[in-house]
Amino acid sequence: MSFINLMAREITFKVVYYGPGLCGKTTNLRFIHGQANESARGRMVELATEEDRTLFFDFFPLELGEVRGFKTRLQLYTVPGQIQYEAVRRLVLKGIDGCVFVADSQFARADANEVSLESLAENLEEYGRKLNELPYVVQYNKRDLPGIMDIEELRAALNPTGVPEFEACATTGQGVQETLQAVARLIFVHHREQSIRSQRSNSAEPVTQKT
Amino acid sequence: MGHQLVIYEKEFARIERAVSQLVQAANARVVFVVDKNGQLIAASGEVDDIDTTSLASLTAGNIAATGGIANLLRENEFTTQFHEGKNAHIHIQLVKSRVILVVIFDARSSLGLVRLRVRKASEELGVIFDDIDHQAPQAQQASPFAEITDADIDNLFND
Repeated sequence: MSFINLMAREITFKVVYYGPGLCGKTTNLRFIHGQANESARGRMVELATEEDRTLFFDFFPLELGEVRGFKTRLQLYTVPGQIQYEAVRRLVLKGIDGCVFVADSQFARADANEVSLESLAENLEEYGRKLNELPYVVQYNKRDLPGIMDIEELRAALNPTGVPEFEACATTGQGVQETLQAVARLIFVHHREQSIRSQRSNSAEPVTQKT
Repeated sequence: MGHQLVIYEKEFARIERAVSQLVQAANARVVFVVDKNGQLIAASGEVDDIDTTSLASLTAGNIAATGGIANLLRENEFTTQFHEGKNAHIHIQLVKSRVILVVIFDARSSLGLVRLRVRKASEELGVIFDDIDHQAPQAQQASPFAEITDADIDNLFND
């Protein structure tokens, strides 16, 4: 759920990085945080286990700049990827404005990717949301590793509807900014379309029947 | 479909007034209001000493987690939480299942006083957020998004 403060002229969106365990969600956020200007980024919070696995979420706010006099900010979150944290993943999705599904390109993780994508759709439905109505992109991560699937295979399994997709290596940053920009664009376009639809329906003349 | 929380100047001023009054009345260090999704709505008091954005997201996460526990126990939400530290204490109150009122205080105040003042402030904030809800259709019309062009979006990403 976006938050618009008309007095402070600020707009905030929540973006969630979702995907199976160890697919690189936290690495995406760390790279973005490391690249951002200090003035544009807030502190990165990582709620992790002693083994550095995400326990609840990672989070930081990122200022994008001004649009039409409104300061825009993304709040970037990850979910914990480990299978047992399903309830926590659902909590983090609350109020989501846009989603990045980070897939692990390795053959060995094919099933984990599919299970995670299914859980994303199911968890969104808990909030009455649908994945295909949400600004949403797919990132095929770990393209630098051996034993990875072809993009065509990944696409067939994880992106049948053809949302924007990116090859990435989050450890080096390849494809990371492109992924973020793509989901941010989709969020703006989505809200623009919603606003236009809403204005049209508000201004529509009531239908009257002449006799 | 998700919806937006849009706050107009008048209601924002009312929220800020309620929050700053609570700082005074409860002798608090900081008071802030966060929505359940972790967005900071307003803050007052010694805010420069605290990373309010991180605190907002963590507080919302905390409320979400305890709400999840409540569900498992077939309870309604736990509306109040209190954490006692060595020097700082934090009182967290869920208002109308909608927003979170957070009070951070120290030895200059007491839990009893904070609880008392939070109760009154919660009622006031509840009324304000009801008013905001009733303005929803008007807010949709005033949304700034309709005028955003592709060029505006491109400009955001051109360093």
